[in-house]
Amino acid sequence: MKAVTENLLKIVSDWSGVFQGAYNVREDGQCAGRQSTEHVKIDAKTDHPGLIIRVLPGTKGEVVNIPALITHSDVDDLVYNDFLVGENADVTIVAGCGVHTDAHAESRHNGIHRFFLSRGAKVRYLEKHIGTGEGGKRSIDPVTEIELDEDAMMEMDTSQLGGVDCSKRLTKAKLAAGAKLVVRERLLTDGEEKADTDFMVELNGAGSGADIISRSVAKGRSYQTYRSRIVGNAPCAGHSECDAIIADEGRVDAAPELTANHGDAELIHEAAIGKIAGEQILKLRTLGLTEEEAEKKIVEGFLS
Amino acid sequence: MLKLQHITWQTPDGVQVLKDVSLTVPENKLVVITGPNGGGKTTLAKIVAGLVSPTSGRLILDGQDITDLDVTQRARIGVSFAFQQPVRFKGLTVRQLMELAAGGQQHEESLCAMLSRVGLCAREYIDREVNATLSGGEIKRIEIATVLARHTKLSIFDEPEAGIDLWSFTNLIDVFEDMRRSLKGTLVIISHQERILSIADEIAVISGGALEHMGPAADVLPRLLAGEKGCPACLKREVFA
Repeated sequence: MKAVTENLLKIVSDWSGVFQGAYNVREDGQCAGRQSTEHVKIDAKTDHPGLIIRVLPGTKGEVVNIPALITHSDVDDLVYNDFLVGENADVTIVAGCGVHTDAHAESRHNGIHRFFLSRGAKVRYLEKHIGTGEGGKRSIDPVTEIELDEDAMMEMDTSQLGGVDCSKRLTKAKLAAGAKLVVRERLLTDGEEKADTDFMVELNGAGSGADIISRSVAKGRSYQTYRSRIVGNAPCAGHSECDAIIADEGRVDAAPELTANHGDAELIHEAAIGKIAGEQILKLRTLGLTEEEAEKKIVEGFLS
Repeated sequence: MLKLQHITWQTPDGVQVLKDVSLTVPENKLVVITGPNGGGKTTLAKIVAGLVSPTSGRLILDGQDITDLDVTQRARIGVSFAFQQPVRFKGLTVRQLMELAAGGQQHEESLCAMLSRVGLCAREYIDREVNATLSGGEIKRIEIATVLARHTKLSIFDEPEAGIDLWSFTNLIDVFEDMRRSLKGTLVIISHQERILSIADEIAVISGGALEHMGPAADVLPRLLAGEKGCPACLKREVFA
């Protein structure tokens, strides 16, 4: 494994030289290591680039690592990973992505992750994205498609905290009765970076619920767009919250959308965009911080 | 000891809010500044903390002229200020805010000690965000705890009773009575509350932008209370209400 790969792994997946449990490391479009366990089977797809990850019913407490790394310029990587999670399984899936460029040419990773959670399954999905290096443009375009069967639950924690020049993030979910989806998104853009994020959630079963919380900071001359659409087709509860801090000449465009197709659908959206409140900076200055230190703490806390 | 010398302040459009205020807050004393709303009390407190610069006049803390020091510099030499309307932060936890106040990482026991002084259980609060989910009473107590955690030589509280419910208010009075007993350094509280005025060493009355009167609480308070018609059953008896 290359040194660049190890460095990216440390950032996106808490790599400490070895993975416990099932894993697959994708390096520049190739497999750089794979391990299945008794309960988690990872196999290459035969029709497309990518993997089928099967988590057997009832599997508890395992962590599955599926990082994808790009270590140099001029790579355009496209991967289709399917996660099939059996009934009442309860696992954590970590799918970080790092893109490093070292020369003028650009590199891109486009990961299409599909999750199929069977009845009562529970998944904590961590997705960390980072760009490093001094070279050409770095793009990460993740697509996440989620299907939750009855009483399944997915918690998605996704972050992109710098170095990615261009990102199109699309998350789609369909929920059956009693299923729950919680999404926490954290975005930081700077310089000339651009990030588009798009959520489409269909609450199809009685008692299903979704909670989408997106926090972002746009600095420099960066630009972000946020779209979310929650559709309630049953007695359900949907909540989305988009909070953005703008600094310098950063710009944010937020367009939340709610659709209730059932009389007992309860849907809420909250959105706020603004610069750091002057009062917040003053309060931290009265505790002895400089203005710059205060801004840093406020942004760190906001994105933590 | 804090000395205010001929402090004046006018708004950018020329309205004179403070007119030549001079007063001295002695070492290890609690001074309560009171007076009608709009009289300039909060502006005066903000001038001491450095949040507002005086149009003219000097501020001397323990012999040092602090007039030209900014908010951060004053905080670092030992000035603390509790906001009348505490600021909320999305994402920052009570622990993080308390650690910023105390100047470094804290063990759970020390956070527990700081928060229990204001009647909050650390376990329930340290991981909570300092955001809109905290009630007015909770955030006010956390604000006070951030000032107590700093152990500075000068602490200023701007209307600690404002915006809290009666139940929290009685607990808050206990906090200030306790602070008064263990006072180290100089304490200035802006308040209308009889209960807070009654624990003062000295009371200063600011009215119409000027210092109307200053003297021992035992002399000033009875005069302020004469003629006030508070609710007899209510603990929140106010002067200049």
